[in-house]
Amino acid sequence: MAATPPGNLMMTTVDRAARWARTRSMFPATFGLACCAIEMMATGAAHWDLARFGMEVFRASPRQADLMIVAGRVSQKMAPVLRQVFDQMPDPKWVISMGACASSGGMFNNYALVQGVDQVVPVDIYVPGCPPGPQSLMHGILTLHDKIMSGEIDH
Amino acid sequence: MGDEKTTEEIDVWVAGTEAPQFSPTDEGSQEISRDESDYRLREQLGSVVDDDYEFDDEFGEDDERMILNMGPQHPSTHGVLRLQIELEGELIRRTKPIIGYLHTGMEKTAEQLTFAQGPTNVTRMDYLAPFHNELAFSLAVERLLDIEVPPRAAVIRVLMTELNRVSSHLVALATNGMDIGALSIMTYGFREREFILDFFEKTTGLRMNHNYIRPGGVAADLPPGWKDDVGGLLRYLPPKLDDYDDMLQANPIWESRTRGVGVITADEAIAYGITGPALRATGVGWDLRKAFPYSGIEDYEFDVPVGTHGDTYDRYRVRVDEIHQSLRIVEQAMDAMPKGDFRIGDRKITPPPRARIDESMEALIHHFKLFTEGFKVPRGETYVAVESPRGELGCYLISNGEARPYRMHTRAPSFNNLQALPIAMADSMMADTIATIASMDPVMGDVDR
Amino acid sequence: MTHRIVEALVERFETAEHEVSHGQDVVHVPRDVWLEFATAARETGFEVCVDVTAVDWLRSRPDRYQVVACLLSMEHELRIRMITTLPREEPVLDSLVSLYPGTNYPEREVYDMFGITFAGHPDLTRILMPDDWEGHPLRKDFGVGGVPVQFKESHQVS
Repeated sequence: MAATPPGNLMMTTVDRAARWARTRSMFPATFGLACCAIEMMATGAAHWDLARFGMEVFRASPRQADLMIVAGRVSQKMAPVLRQVFDQMPDPKWVISMGACASSGGMFNNYALVQGVDQVVPVDIYVPGCPPGPQSLMHGILTLHDKIMSGEIDH
Repeated sequence: MGDEKTTEEIDVWVAGTEAPQFSPTDEGSQEISRDESDYRLREQLGSVVDDDYEFDDEFGEDDERMILNMGPQHPSTHGVLRLQIELEGELIRRTKPIIGYLHTGMEKTAEQLTFAQGPTNVTRMDYLAPFHNELAFSLAVERLLDIEVPPRAAVIRVLMTELNRVSSHLVALATNGMDIGALSIMTYGFREREFILDFFEKTTGLRMNHNYIRPGGVAADLPPGWKDDVGGLLRYLPPKLDDYDDMLQANPIWESRTRGVGVITADEAIAYGITGPALRATGVGWDLRKAFPYSGIEDYEFDVPVGTHGDTYDRYRVRVDEIHQSLRIVEQAMDAMPKGDFRIGDRKITPPPRARIDESMEALIHHFKLFTEGFKVPRGETYVAVESPRGELGCYLISNGEARPYRMHTRAPSFNNLQALPIAMADSMMADTIATIASMDPVMGDVDR
Repeated sequence: MTHRIVEALVERFETAEHEVSHGQDVVHVPRDVWLEFATAARETGFEVCVDVTAVDWLRSRPDRYQVVACLLSMEHELRIRMITTLPREEPVLDSLVSLYPGTNYPEREVYDMFGITFAGHPDLTRILMPDDWEGHPLRKDFGVGGVPVQFKESHQVS
């Protein structure tokens, strides 16, 4: 069992309430780049409905967003932009790397892409697929929610 | 006390009369001293009104203009498009699109992959119309190989590409509406698209980026019961499209946001190499399916919708009409589906069915060679173009006699269409930019490859 | 069966060679008459330049680069491809932007990917790669640039 810092020895209700609030209204930032962005939009649309998790409001401004779903391939030109948008998000923030290209460079192992977005930003959840269907993305998001609720991810 | 204050005349100054007598008061230090000599300042303060006054020195041109950077991370630029806009107030004077934020090196990757793996790479370029990318590539390879696909494969290709055109235009409609503010269209467009994607998933295994149309035919046959699925789509979609027309077509807000916005004339469009709905909206009825037919599409009856003004409204209207025409083609393809092979029988190109590998040594060897080395394509170069939902999607392919392309270049319609953005946006309002970009429907995967 | 328009066009230029490649008309134009040929083509009815691209033959041919321009005539429903060769030491070619404004971006892409400069282009800068990128990616002596991946000992990415 991982050692927990002294502050967490007693799970206060405030702590739990904070985690509950964070997971129940996590606003994603629009960082749709390529094909995965379309699947992300489909996840937010009527059929797969992210709104039931309080997440259909994709905030355009990173200052108002909690979650950055990097959906698509990150090219060399885009990497500094990605880092800047991530830095502009206030804490607490999480990153989901959606799709094969964001997680590892995908099928494009070449000069043009950053081979995995975790070279640029710290990633919490990797969602595999090319593109991952809305079910996979939702599973990734809900896993993130579970991890935050349980305290496994504590930032 | 009362005598020290002088009463003042009315404070509205009418041009042509004498200068008013402003005398200072000692009451109320908030009052601005009235003997300000600068006429301009007095005019700004409202103490003087003069409509035929002319300033001696005009404000310099540069003082008014501002450079605004839009993107690459922006909700409405349809992907990672960056625009540097020089604004004069609310009017746009100059625009410079900056692209390359999604450059994936696909043309370099294509030189490393075999011809059978090519469609996996190419399909991710224009990710809203993946079948069209695969079709252009496969047609180019088949032309170099000098083979013809069986009739069933050709009709399946037409069926899938036309359904893909419908799904791509639905996304265009959805994002177009969302950017302008009609948020409900977004949910409706994606809802309709889900049914089409269900059919794609049933047939190809994937919702997007299918790698289904391969050199030699298609990857797998249509699933059992496909006629019911496609028939269901054909019954379900037209009433929904009528709903959209009710919502948008004569909507005064929609019309005022789209009519006369982002106008491109036919001459400009032809000079800039624009193709697709953006060109047809200007009045030029150029469609590659009619001019240079491919895959047997000349056997189907369909019209090519054409607009008149080349503005955003016409581009929207052309897309909706194209959806109707594509559904016509899908119906004809469904009725005319021949029986037969879904891929060419040449064992040097098409891998054998999996069951045969257990039975025949030759099949095993063929399978091995095809999946490790790949089939060799004779030397040659060719250019094949198909009509994708965005315009002319072409594949320029050079083979050196090996199993991998020597050079594969894709002529991307969105890449060329983006050149028209500065013209379409010139001297228009900032708010119209969004409508214009959305109506040009660029897909950045296509632009940057 | 070559269209008479294409035949007439080719006849006006003695140094241009015409071939039919898989059913399509291809004209090999020497680079000194590149712009002239395009102007003549435009006058004859090829209103649209669909694409400009390039090929790097490295050492297999005497001239290293080939630039390909695809023209389209909507009026006559014809396509024609112009191909020219450029030597390794001096990859410079006339720009077609004055004739076909739509070749602005494709020529920039060729410059970015191959290092071929186009004389007369209004804004010849990198378009796909970052501005400070060194090298021209689609040249054959520029590696794929992949990272080593476990179990992929083969030099080919696939």
